[in-house]
Amino acid sequence: MSKTLRTPAGGSVNRVKTIKFSFDGKTYQGLEGDTLASALLANGIRVMGRSFKYHRARGVLGAGSEEPNALVAVRRDKARIAPNLRATQVELYDGLVAESQNRWPSLNFDVGAVLSLLSPFIPAGFYYKTFMWPKSAWDKLYEPNIRAAAGLGHAPTEADPDSYLNRFAHCEVLIIGAGPAGLAAALAASEGGERVILVDEQCELGGSLLSATDAVIDGQSGRAWRDAVVAKLAANPKVTLMTRANAFGYFAHNMIGVAERLSEHQASPAKGAPRERLWQIRAREVVLATGAIERPLVFPDNDRPGIILADSARTYLNRYGVLPGKRVVVATGHDEAYRAALDLHKAGVTIAAIADARPNPKGPLVEAARAAGLPIKTGYAITGTKGTLGVAEARLSPILGAGRVGPPEIVACDSVLMSGGFTPSVHLFSQSRGKVVWDETLETYLPGASAEAERSAGACRGQFGLAKALADGFAAGSDAARLTVKRDFVVQATEGDPKGVVGALPHDRGNGAKAFIDWQNDVTTKDLKLAVREGFQSIEHIKRYTTTGMATDQGKTSNLNALGVISDALDRPIPQIGLTTFRMPYTPVTFGVLAGMARGDLFDPVRTTPIHDWAVEQGAVFEDVSLWKRARFFPQGREDMEAAVRRECLAVRSHCGIFDASTLGKIEVVGPDAAEFMNRFYINAWTKLGVGKCRYGIVCREDGFVTDDGVVGRMSQDRFHVTTTTGGAPRVLAMMEDYLQTEWPDLDVWLTSTTEQFAVIALQGPKARDILSGLVEGIDLSPEALAHMSLVEGKICGVPTRLFRVSFTGELGFEINVPSQHGRKVWEAIWAAGQPHGLVPYGTETMHVLRAEKGFIIVGQETDGTATPDDVGLTWAVGKAKPDYVGKRSLARPAMAAPDRKQLVGLLTKDPHIVLEEGAQVVLTPGQKAPMALVGHVTSSYHSAVLGRSIALAMVSGGRARIGETVYIPMPGSDIAVDVTSPVFYDPEGVRVNG
Amino acid sequence: MLLITCPHCGPRPELEFTHGGEAHIARPENPAAMNAEDWTEYLYMRANPKGLHAERWRHLHGCARFFNALRDTTTDQFVATYATGQPRPDLKGAGQ
Ligand SMILES: [Zn+2]
Repeated sequence: MSKTLRTPAGGSVNRVKTIKFSFDGKTYQGLEGDTLASALLANGIRVMGRSFKYHRARGVLGAGSEEPNALVAVRRDKARIAPNLRATQVELYDGLVAESQNRWPSLNFDVGAVLSLLSPFIPAGFYYKTFMWPKSAWDKLYEPNIRAAAGLGHAPTEADPDSYLNRFAHCEVLIIGAGPAGLAAALAASEGGERVILVDEQCELGGSLLSATDAVIDGQSGRAWRDAVVAKLAANPKVTLMTRANAFGYFAHNMIGVAERLSEHQASPAKGAPRERLWQIRAREVVLATGAIERPLVFPDNDRPGIILADSARTYLNRYGVLPGKRVVVATGHDEAYRAALDLHKAGVTIAAIADARPNPKGPLVEAARAAGLPIKTGYAITGTKGTLGVAEARLSPILGAGRVGPPEIVACDSVLMSGGFTPSVHLFSQSRGKVVWDETLETYLPGASAEAERSAGACRGQFGLAKALADGFAAGSDAARLTVKRDFVVQATEGDPKGVVGALPHDRGNGAKAFIDWQNDVTTKDLKLAVREGFQSIEHIKRYTTTGMATDQGKTSNLNALGVISDALDRPIPQIGLTTFRMPYTPVTFGVLAGMARGDLFDPVRTTPIHDWAVEQGAVFEDVSLWKRARFFPQGREDMEAAVRRECLAVRSHCGIFDASTLGKIEVVGPDAAEFMNRFYINAWTKLGVGKCRYGIVCREDGFVTDDGVVGRMSQDRFHVTTTTGGAPRVLAMMEDYLQTEWPDLDVWLTSTTEQFAVIALQGPKARDILSGLVEGIDLSPEALAHMSLVEGKICGVPTRLFRVSFTGELGFEINVPSQHGRKVWEAIWAAGQPHGLVPYGTETMHVLRAEKGFIIVGQETDGTATPDDVGLTWAVGKAKPDYVGKRSLARPAMAAPDRKQLVGLLTKDPHIVLEEGAQVVLTPGQKAPMALVGHVTSSYHSAVLGRSIALAMVSGGRARIGETVYIPMPGSDIAVDVTSPVFYDPEGVRVNG
Repeated sequence: MLLITCPHCGPRPELEFTHGGEAHIARPENPAAMNAEDWTEYLYMRANPKGLHAERWRHLHGCARFFNALRDTTTDQFVATYATGQPRPDLKGAGQ
């Protein structure tokens, strides 16, 4: 069929503005105001997609966001390809390039369609049943091939060049859906002068009024009434109207996620114009006016292109001026299809037959159709269709009862309209955790008790018909705004019976017939019945087994029919089968709109130190440590990391190294009870620590396991300068605050994070004192005045400093704390002063090697949240005389002293060239087969330049008692023999800190 | 995103807060005197109720103070928030 199906007049499309677009490489013309779907239909294009599993040719089924079939990719350039868009929601613009999906090589001739012939062999659960063995083939063979053959569209291969915005909004009343109920709700809610937001997924507000022809509200046509209401709302500064806005998620406490399309629909968006915007709207009250979605009829061959929902056909006619065909069969179980038949009849379409599955339909719509002389067959089911890539005839059979039908009549037609009735859209209500309840009269689920401050209005709660929707919407809007406004709408509209049919129609086509329930996932009545025969009873299981309702449309058109079919198969009423929970998003949203600005540099905050730029200039290689960028090593020339680290290590041991320790967490603990607080919080004793002295502190959790460590200096009687690990600072401060605020409110102590306030320059090596001596003022650096583990306040390079004499390398060392803004200046002064002394900068990798040579632990590397202070050799640090501290009671548990606990030891490979792998396991005897008896693991492993061999730290069961023994590291192909040693490999006497 | 009413600052979005586990579990006065069972009870055992739950929150990116809240774990609705140290409100008809 290639002739045009555009009506000569009518609809709200702009008849004088033609638009060129392409679909699968062919150019077509549409009109301004068209969607891609309406324009394709107008051009006689029926096949718009191929189905997911069987690759069956599919045409458009609906006219809105419920569309399961007509999924297309819209492409602007290589980086701007939006797959899986519903053609019914793609607004036509000049030059639009759209492509169908899931077909090869072309829509009308798809090789994959052979799958349809194989369908008797692809029952429900086919993939589960068939591709189970061998397990290893799943990843490599089955899954990639199944995915290649299936798949819904393809993502662009280039980065998205567009920008996306994110906004928060607050309002008293948020109304979702701008059909008659939503508009009436907005009218009422806006009368109180509070903030009202009205959102709708379409490009125009109005919902069903946009395709109404016969409705009259307050003396105006539906369309004119809609125009007046929208104008009134738009003029109200307290009212925000949003179109092209998909309210996709209902989150806790009335937070609604809305994805707003900003430039997708434009032919040539302004350069840099944002593509979409994410709204996070917090509303005091929400009105859900989300309407209802028409249900397909379930009958054999119901997926043939040209078979569309009756009310959608009405929309195509009345809104877009497009006919579904010239000779139409209407199959229905609901009155609304008569309205579509009447409208089409008026537009000159031949209604070949109306097959109504109900034995005795009545009411004004039915009577009007009779009066118009339309051929109505009551008690008739449609039992099949025929045609190549479209409908050529429909098969209509009288229903005899008990699931039987009589001899069929064949009716020639080029389109079939169908309607099983309307299913209220309870998706957002269900997302809000409201409980849906089964309505016996309407045979559908309706919103029950609310979990949030929301109410539903209109068709989404079963209030069908224009008059009811308006009244219900107005009342809901008034209620949500806490008003008592009243208004009676005078409505002239022909209303039908709201009840329809659920489940499958009877037929005589045998077992081979395909009656589709879920178009998008290719689920048929047979699949559901098979699942029931195989023993599935709960919808939650049947859904996963057959995938019904699990496609990107979440079963918008299929869920209730699936329940009906399962109900029949199980012979159990629908409410006993259960209903699956609706999940966000209501309709799919892009990753772009969710990511928003959080891309590239803004994805995660980056923390840099005051010395960062210097390190960059020196060509440092950086690593990420929590959010920090830390210089890992400073390669010279063509050095690799190994060579650079070796050189840096030797330079520190022989001369001096300078290291940026600014990332260390720092907390100022101040107050009359500071020492008492420290006593209770740390495992160490602090009372006797003199002013100007430092101590290595260890924090345990209440369960007795080490959680952080760091040097603490006593600045004065009531002031401690606490340092933590780089990654642990926020956690330690939060833990301190927790105890201080909630357990020990009796203590007068203040905690302040000072991590960002101080730059910390570590100067480590025998020449450290010589380098510093010329830079400090009022500070005596002599060993007598400033012993190891002490600190002094004074000036360096003219700026105040807290100068610690501490060492994380085993060498003579200082850590110079200066205000951050002076960090780089002081660093450069030290750097310059160090040049005659062979000073080198070193990074975290060298820092790790140097501390490992001394057996100093890194919390989080040697410890894993299950190590006690004793496990890592820190018993000496425990303030044993203290009556209590965090973790003390737990450390007294017998298991904490078990001799087979993993303890920190050193490992030396028999072959000094072998550097063990961190994380490798330790076993006691070689040649074991899996599962081996594991007794520990390697925590740190390096090549030590100063020792000329490899070293490793490990946590080994009963490790300290094993010192001197040989144990093994099992690796693929061999066991590496290692000696268990003390964890201190270098300068065990500890004399080097004295310089 | 939850909307949490800090008793010191008022209603604020969840992303300003951190969760602090069950409320009204005071650290024992004298842990050393406790037997293993009691200590285990204090350290590990939590109520995990279906319904009203007294829990701690901290308004980290606000006043930074800890406080307590009664939240219905089935609906996520807060019934009350109150300062640390205050007893759990006795709400008639609200859960257990
Ligand atoms: Zn606060």
